[in-house]
Order: sequence, then structure tokens, then C-alpha cells
Amino acid sequence: MTPPTASELAGLLRSGATTPQDLAARARADLKRISDLNAVLRYTDSLAERQAERAARTLAEVPERAGPLCGIPFAYKDVLCVEGVETTAGSRILQGHRPPYTGTALRRLLDAGAVPVAVTNCDEFAMGSSNENSAFGPVGNPWDPGRVPGGSSGGSAAVVAAGAVPYSLGTDTGGSIRQPASLCGVTGFKPTYGRVSRYGLIAFASSLDQIGPFARSVADVAGVFSAIAGWDAMDSTSSPTPVEPVEDQLGRGIEGMRLGVPHEYVAEGLEPGVRAAIETAFSELERLGATLEEVSLPTTEAGLSTYYIIAPAECSANLARMDGVRFGLHIDRPSLTDTYLETRGNGFGPEVKRRIMLGTYALSSGYYDAYYRKAQKVRTLIADEFDRAFATVDALVCPTSPLVAFARGAKSDPLSMYLCDVLTLPVNLAGLPGISVPCGFSEGLPVGLQVIGPRFQDGVVLRVAHAYERATSWHAEQPPVPPVASGAGS
Amino acid sequence: MSAGAVSGLTELMQRYEAVIGLEVHGQLLTESKMFCGCSADYIGSPPNSNTCPVCLGMPGVLPVMNRKAIEYTVRTALALNCEIPEHSKFDRKNYFYPDLPKGYQISQYDMPMSEHGWLSFPVDGEEVRCGITRVHLEEDTGTLQHAGDILQQARSSVVDLNRAGVPLMEIVGEPDLRTPEQAREYLVRLRQILVYIGVNDGNLEQGSFRCDANISLRHRGSAELGVKVEIKNMNSFRAVQRALEYEIVRQGRLLDQGQAIAQETRGWVEAKGATISQRSKEYAHDYRYFPEPDLPPLQLTADFVERVRAGLPELPQQLVDRLQRDHGLSAYDAAVISAEIEDARAFEALVGAGVAAKSAANWLMGDVARLARETRLPLQRSGLGITGLAALIGLAERGRINGPTAKALLEELYVQGGDPVAVVEARGLGQVSDEAELSGIVDRVIADNPAAVSDFQGGKEQALQRLVGGVMKATRGRADARLVNQLLRERLGR
Amino acid sequence: MTLSRDQVAHVAMLARLGLTEEEMELYREQLDAILAHVDRLQQVDTSQVVETAQIGGLLNAWRDDERRPCLSVEAALANAPKRRGNHFEVGAIQE
Repeated sequence: MTPPTASELAGLLRSGATTPQDLAARARADLKRISDLNAVLRYTDSLAERQAERAARTLAEVPERAGPLCGIPFAYKDVLCVEGVETTAGSRILQGHRPPYTGTALRRLLDAGAVPVAVTNCDEFAMGSSNENSAFGPVGNPWDPGRVPGGSSGGSAAVVAAGAVPYSLGTDTGGSIRQPASLCGVTGFKPTYGRVSRYGLIAFASSLDQIGPFARSVADVAGVFSAIAGWDAMDSTSSPTPVEPVEDQLGRGIEGMRLGVPHEYVAEGLEPGVRAAIETAFSELERLGATLEEVSLPTTEAGLSTYYIIAPAECSANLARMDGVRFGLHIDRPSLTDTYLETRGNGFGPEVKRRIMLGTYALSSGYYDAYYRKAQKVRTLIADEFDRAFATVDALVCPTSPLVAFARGAKSDPLSMYLCDVLTLPVNLAGLPGISVPCGFSEGLPVGLQVIGPRFQDGVVLRVAHAYERATSWHAEQPPVPPVASGAGS
Repeated sequence: MSAGAVSGLTELMQRYEAVIGLEVHGQLLTESKMFCGCSADYIGSPPNSNTCPVCLGMPGVLPVMNRKAIEYTVRTALALNCEIPEHSKFDRKNYFYPDLPKGYQISQYDMPMSEHGWLSFPVDGEEVRCGITRVHLEEDTGTLQHAGDILQQARSSVVDLNRAGVPLMEIVGEPDLRTPEQAREYLVRLRQILVYIGVNDGNLEQGSFRCDANISLRHRGSAELGVKVEIKNMNSFRAVQRALEYEIVRQGRLLDQGQAIAQETRGWVEAKGATISQRSKEYAHDYRYFPEPDLPPLQLTADFVERVRAGLPELPQQLVDRLQRDHGLSAYDAAVISAEIEDARAFEALVGAGVAAKSAANWLMGDVARLARETRLPLQRSGLGITGLAALIGLAERGRINGPTAKALLEELYVQGGDPVAVVEARGLGQVSDEAELSGIVDRVIADNPAAVSDFQGGKEQALQRLVGGVMKATRGRADARLVNQLLRERLGR
Repeated sequence: MTLSRDQVAHVAMLARLGLTEEEMELYREQLDAILAHVDRLQQVDTSQVVETAQIGGLLNAWRDDERRPCLSVEAALANAPKRRGNHFEVGAIQE
């Protein structure tokens, strides 16, 4: 039986067939059952209990005020701050850290009556494409636990793919929602940059980060997006342009729409199974009435280099606050400098240290113009190319990831890992909305179709994704259900 | 400075020219901090009681610009004749220090809010014009206290972040100053302007107005610049002047001996009257500036700037001109009155209450200034206040009380307050100016003081004062002094 | 482009990352490879292009000068690893 979507659960709650407390308990039990995947770092039991109780009251007393997410359990990535809840960004350096405030996106979900049941595992400080960089162990892919779920939001993707919660929150800086969605066979959406407040998101790359939902249906994704999107006074980069009601876009179909296929995204580098699934998906889109045409984004090839200058540069500054003085890990030494060196040297994992050094180098005296400034110029080229493409097409379609889930440990070379994101990171550089929807399998492992839209046309992206989902059943496929672990309570 | 040192200075300055540039940091008088809603008025707050996740630099927080801080900075730039480029932005200045929570300071690097201004002021009758390189905006750091108070020897330090994030304006002056006196006057003038336009409270002791100096020496007549030395830790204008004088002597003597000047940072040590080299940092600062990605850039349109300009309060020079023009004050009096804006306001309030301009000026510059210093209470916050003083001066002007009585009342009532008119009435302090009454007393005093009389008639002018004193004593200090003098002279024939 | 050990050491110190000799060498190699790839940027013609300041295109995102409640001292210090009274404590700051 397919695990219910959030929309379906909302119906069950209103009909009285279940309660928020019951849903939370089941979610928790289902998460425990997949604990071998190591997708969950900690459970938020007292918060879940409080939220479930409040939601139950709302549903009973003022049901007209209960929004679509009221009483529904979800999980969220370990980089999102909730007051009093241990939030570690998958890092030893923040072990035990309890933020004194709640971030905006989560605040909006809590106000809507949502019930957070668990904090999910992720690559340390959101840096990675396989969730192998967490200080708390790697995450397994529900389709094959010996393989990676993708990253950095691997935990958030896995719990949704495994059917334990109907939706989760992740973050996407270079593909960290879309790529794990693709590898886990679920839907994952990165909104336009500035659409969702970053207040409360432990920053990786300030000009690239966005919070977004995973779910098993586009309708659910749209619902979560609507709940969290919109200007926030606490985030100067959040956009004041009003959020369009995206629900209107769902169900409109794509008849007559013009969809661009970026030549550089399909020409080479795709696994054969991925190519086959994508081409089938393209045929399906045409069958639904869209016209597909090739477009060119010539600077795509420079995207990786651009990203791997800008993101590390920004993160090198964002992570400087992890210094052992006001919070987090503190390795005591008589001198302050040694405390800094030991705390940061031991508290950060290798990938984080690599990127901090890369970023520091790119910004350092004598190198700024050649690296950082140059990268920001190339970024303009990349963004302009997308804009030019959108002058002739409504949206772009392409693969999300050139490969399916690979074996844990298979990519030990950093650069080969970075190449996982070549199809997703240009979207962050241009600040565009992008989604990944399941579009098939290759050797039993999920393949994702990516839809990219113009800035602030999040609804268009959801529209195309929804039409495709309606016409296919990939999103309903489920990974094998793990046996109940012996001794595990339910 | 010892006499020998001073003469050393004079002599050295005949052969060497000092090139001085000053950097001033001024906290802005906003309600809230630069990037969060914590109070900007942190003085006296218990440690770490004025913070929030943003100014603590917690993971996941973001800065949001304070509009008033931007307006105040533009206001300052306009008062300093600067250009305001339409486009400017903030940058991250990256370094590690415990009073810098984020590990970077949000500041402005290559696109500051204003540039190319100037400040002009007289020193010893000569007009000095000092260029202003730029005025930009940034956030202040927290404060550190070192165990034992000496950083270099402290085994530990403690951090208070109450001040972290307070809006801080940086004013960089061109190296156009040539003497320590000019430097001091530049600071006096700059501080005065900032206080006048209401952006800074000019408090050096509390650190809301701070100054660092750069100084180099070169042979007179040379166009080449010498090695620049940075001087920090000067907590008063006098300290700035002394520190610069010290540096001129130190550097001049080294140059005389053919030695090179080290390019370094030196700290002024008040107790020693000397600058001490601060050990050069083990690792040179590479600030790795890059544009602040969390803050959209600024676009300050001509409209915006004009609105700020329209709201610009009166500048000191404008006030000085107005005091001369509208109130007939001399240039000197106008300058003294306007040195502190509180005094200028007091002056105008007194005039508004009916006191003659010259009277008001004299009282304010004389006894009131002295009392304000002694009691540490400016007139506006004294018990007597403007209205009280106006009433007091009025009594003196109308001859109701004499000069000495007025002064005595001022002393008495300044702190504790009180209505001068009522007090004079109640205690019968009114001036005795009835000629008949005074004549009687004068005759009696003359009769009682034959020695003083003969001294006076013998040519000793001072002897008259002993007789005047006698009349004052007899009238309990209330006699009209001018009339007493007149009567005495009439009777004694000179 | 070959990154030297000294360059890596310098960058690590700028970033206050204490590295072992092994790490120093490992990162030197890896960063070298990454930078070699990243150098492709130099081949892109950006002569007609202005760098992206902000991808969102926003300007003047300021707020009114209003006070908001701050954290209690306890909340501010709750995560402090080393505390003395109501201060954060640090070791010797050698300048």
C-alpha cells in the first residue's frame, strides 16, 4: 500500500479517521524501523507532542482555521534551527548546540500546526552529494542501503522515500534537495532564491542556499512551499514580491507549453540508464502536449568552477563563527589561537575543511580578482544565458543527476563527487526555481527529471512537474519495506 | 612634556615636516544596533544583557540594516562636504578575534557611502583645510577585559558582547595635517560637528568617539612621504596632541641618527607619556574582503540625499554666524558659546526668556561655565536651570540685587535649585540703593576707619576697597557697589 | 598550478584550522587538483560582463530603527563552553 500523502492525511484527520498524536506515533515507529539507514539524528518528541496536541485542539474546535498541514508529521534537516532543540548541522563542532531561537520557515510550519517528529541526518554543514560527510555516520538509500541517498539532504530524502513521513524539509545550495530526490525516487523542490527566508538556516553559501520540501507528490510539495514562502523581515535577501498562489498552477496541464532541453545537460556524461529514462520522460512530456526544443547554455561547463569558488568563499566566512567561544565544541588550550586551531581542526570534517581552505584561498590577497571576482562574472554569464533561454521557452527540462545512486565509498576523490552536481548547481548560481520528480529506474535505482523555471515562476515549475506526475506512476513506486527490526518497538 | 623635550620638538619641527592623518570612529545615536533590534545604548548594561542571536553571531542568523544609521552617515557626510555615490555596499572584513562574534565584521571596503570631503578650521589665525577621504558605516565589536588589564600578559580574557553590532561610523581624514595642534583642532571641530548634527554624543571617555592617528616625518621641502606609524589608544584630545608630539621627537631623533623608522603600530601609554611598539602580529592580517552576500547593496538616490540634506541640523559655523548676525555677539564670544551645543542652546533659551545677549553670554562663559565644570552638571540639568538663571540675571539687570549677591545666589541655587525672586524676597536680599540710607552708612564707615581714609586720601587706591568692604558688611552685602563707590569718593574728595 | 605546503599552511592559519602534517599533504594534493579544474574559469571571456552583486536584484533592504526585546543573559550564555560569571571566557590572546 502506498504511504499516504500529506493531502490524504489531511482528509483522514478531518474525517476523524485518525488523530495528530496517532500520526506522530506511527511516523516515529516507521522511522525507528528504518533506523539502519541512519537517516534520523534525533527525535523531537516533546515538540511533536505539543504540536500534535495543539493541532488536535484546532481540528476539533476551529477546524476552519486548520490549514492543510495541521496535525501532519514531518521531519527536517539538521541545519534548521528550532529553539531548544539540538541542531548540529551534521557536525561535531555543534554537538549539543541548542539554538536560542526558531528559524522562520520552521516557525511558519509550527504556526500552521505541523508536527515535527525528527531531525534528519545530512552532510556536514550541507557540504556533500552523498551524505557520507556527516560526523554522525553516512545515510543509506532506502532502495539499496549500501548505496548513497545523495546529499547533502540525504536524510530528508530517505525518510520520505521510505514512507515514514509524508514530507520533509531540506536545503539546496548546489543541488542538495534535487539530487537526493532524484537518487531516492521522490520529489524535491528548490524555490527561487529569496522565496523562502534563510533566517534560521545554518548558512553554507549565503547567495545560493534555499530551504525546500521533499514529498512523494507535487501537490504536497506545493502545499509546503506555500506555507513557508514569502518575505521575512529577518532576511534581507528574502523577496518582497508577493508569492503567487501556486495551487492554481496544478492541474492546468502543459498543453501548448514550450519546454527547452539544454543541449549541454544531455549531450554527454549521463549514465546510459539515466539517458534512457530521461528520453522516455521527454516523450511523455510531448505526449502531454508540450513542445520540446533544444536550447544552448554554453557556459554550463564553467558552472562547476564558478560554484566551487563562490560557495567555498562564502562558507569560509560563514563558518568562521564556529570558534569555540560562544557555543559549540571547545577544545581548551592555554592560548586562544591554539583553541581556535584545535577546536576547528578537530570539530570540522575533511570536506568542510577542504572547502574552507578553498574559499579562504580564493579570497586571499592576490587571488581575489582571479578567483572570486572572476567567478562572480562568470555567474552573470550563466544567469544571463538562462534568462535568454526563457525568452523563448517557458521552462527547461533535463536530468537532475547524471548518475543513479552509487555505492558508499565509491567516490573518494572530491572532484568526482563535485561532478554529481553539474546539472543542478547552475540553477543555484542563477537563483532559479528547480524541481526533481521521479521519472524512471535504471538497474532498479531511481532516476530524476529536473524542471527549471524563470526566477519567481515557481508555479510554472510545479505545473510542469505536476502534469508529468499525473500522467506517470514513478512517484508511487516504493522501495522494499525493511523487516521490523527485532526488539524495535512500534 | 619637559622643557627640554619641548625645545627638542620645536627644533625638530624646523627641520622635519610631520604628515598626519586621523581616523575617527564614532558610534551613532540610533535606538537600535546596526543589524538587529538590540538597544544601541549599552553603556551601564550588565555584561551580555543586551544581545540577541543576531549580534551574538549564532548559527543561522542574518543581518538587517538600520535605516537611521544610514541616514545619519549620509548626514555626517554632507556636513563634511562629501560626495555621496548613488551605489554603495557592505563587505565582510574577515579575521578572528574573540570580540568579533561572526569571525568577520560587516563594513564597507571599496564602495563606501561617501568620499572626497573636507573640513576647514582656523588654527592660530591660519585657515587649515583637511581633506576627508571617506565616511563609511560598519558595526562595532564587543569588548574584552584582560585578566590583570594588560593584554600581553593576560592568561585569560572575558568577552562582553553588549556593544557588538552598535552602528559605527568611520571617518578617514587625508594626511593633510602638519602639526599636533592642527590634529587636535581637527578632532575638536569634527567632534563638535557630529554632536551638533545629533549623530554622536562626542564622549571620548566612554568610547563613543575614538581616534587613531597615522604620522610620518620628512625633511622640510621634500615631497616624498616618510614611513607611516600608526598610533592607537589615545583617549583624549590632549593625549592625541601629546602622542603626536612624542612621535615627532622620537622619529626625528631616529632620523637624525640615520636610523630607519619601523612601519608599525604603537600604543600611547598615558602614564609613561610615550608610545610603545605593539609587537607586530604574528600573522599579518589579510582581511579577504568580499561583498556581503546577506545584504543587498544600497542605492542612495539624489532624492534620498536631498531629503537628508533638508533635515540637516544647523552646523557650528552656521550658528556662529547667526549669533553674530542676530545677537550682536563678538566673533570670540560666538565661538566660545558655540563650542558645545548645549551652551549654544542655553544661550538661545536665555535670550528667549528676555535676557540681553551680551549678559547671557557673559554669565554663561563665566560663572556658569565654572560651576558646570565643578559640579559636573550642565546648566540644563542643574537645579537652577535655564528659567532660574534667566530670573536671576533679570534681578541683577534690573538692579534688584547687586553683583556679589547675584553671584552668591548662583552658587547657592545652582545645584539645589530654587526660585531666585522668591529667595530674594524671603531673605530681604534686595539691593540697597537708596542714597539716603547708604549715605548714612557710608558716613559711619568713614568715621570708623580713619586709617583707611587717610591711606586712600594719601594716594593708595586699594584702601577704598576696605571702605567699600565695610559698607558691604554693614549692609550684609546688599549695597549697590557702584553707588557706594560714588558716595565714598564724593565724601573723601577723590 | 602547484600549491606548496607553505601556501596550504598559510591558508590553514588564516582559517584557524589546525592540521596535521598528513592532512596538510592530503589537502595540498586535493586542493591542487580542484584548483586545476577551477582554473578553467580563466578561459571564459568576461570582458563585457559585470560581476553579480546579488542574484536577487534587491536594493535598500533596510528596517526602521526600532528596539526589539533581546535575549536574557542566561539564554545568551546558555551554549557558552567556557563562562566566567556572565562573560564568555577565552584563553591567552597573544597579539
